[in-house]
Amino acid sequence: MTTILSLFNYWAVIALMMVGYYCLIAHGNMIKKIMGLGIFQTSVFIMFISAGKVLGGSTPILREGVTEYSNPLPHVLILTAIVVGIATTAVALALAVRIQEAFGTIEDDQLSEADPEDAAGQ
Amino acid sequence: MIYLIDITLLVFLIVVAYAVVRVTDLFEAAMLFAIYSLLSAGLFAMLDAGDVALTEAAVGAGIGTILMLAALALTHRYERPAPGRNPTALAIVIVTGLGLGYASLDLPEFGAADNPVHTHVAPYYIQQTYDDTGVSNLVAAILASYRSIDTLGEAVVILTAGIIVFALLAPGAGRGKRTSTTRSEEAE
Repeated sequence: MTTILSLFNYWAVIALMMVGYYCLIAHGNMIKKIMGLGIFQTSVFIMFISAGKVLGGSTPILREGVTEYSNPLPHVLILTAIVVGIATTAVALALAVRIQEAFGTIEDDQLSEADPEDAAGQ
Repeated sequence: MIYLIDITLLVFLIVVAYAVVRVTDLFEAAMLFAIYSLLSAGLFAMLDAGDVALTEAAVGAGIGTILMLAALALTHRYERPAPGRNPTALAIVIVTGLGLGYASLDLPEFGAADNPVHTHVAPYYIQQTYDDTGVSNLVAAILASYRSIDTLGEAVVILTAGIIVFALLAPGAGRGKRTSTTRSEEAE
């Protein structure tokens, strides 16, 4: 029982990763792909924050009467990752908008039909 | 008690993530994605990461949703439904998941105070940060003082992303319809 409880966070992270990964591969719509990437990304954030948690610890802001704090280092890493993640998402969405303007669609298979030479790698 | 909230939030997250993938109306998907971000912010708050929770709620659920909606306003609302399940993708995902699940058995116990991650440099930051910097918020102190060059690099990344988005979407030369005919004309 203890093992299952202590591993549950990691397994949930893996499940979220699988959902995001499937969305990224199987869906043709670019906006949906970007959402899948977001789900994948957040699962990694949860993994790091789970690793930084100490049971019985508290938020790492120094104050009177608290002796045990959770690990602040994963928090710093993930803070940076969230901001960089939103910047890359913005670039991806801008690219999707440009593709929509140029070809009238952001579906993978319709883009291949619109430009068969490109789809064949020529 | 902590396990109860933790497990409930994680199950909610998985359900909402599945819903994001399943719906074909992309506006619904964008709203569900905002809920997903907010739930993960709640989970971060529960796991003692206050700063991360605030950032995820503001940046992930707020700005992220605005960006998605802006992109949707310029593209189509509905996704073309996928032609059934994709067995190759499913196989890749399940193999990856099983491999990671096997690896997870070697991970240290969740929340134990003597995990390797808590015994290396973390005690130094917890004990010395106030003497070194005079800031009581450890995350802010590490981000802006010990790792300030990293944070400067992060700012450069955001600036670059901003320039790219501007370059892609700014009106001007090179903007307009490019179809396969203009493309082949260009080739000639």
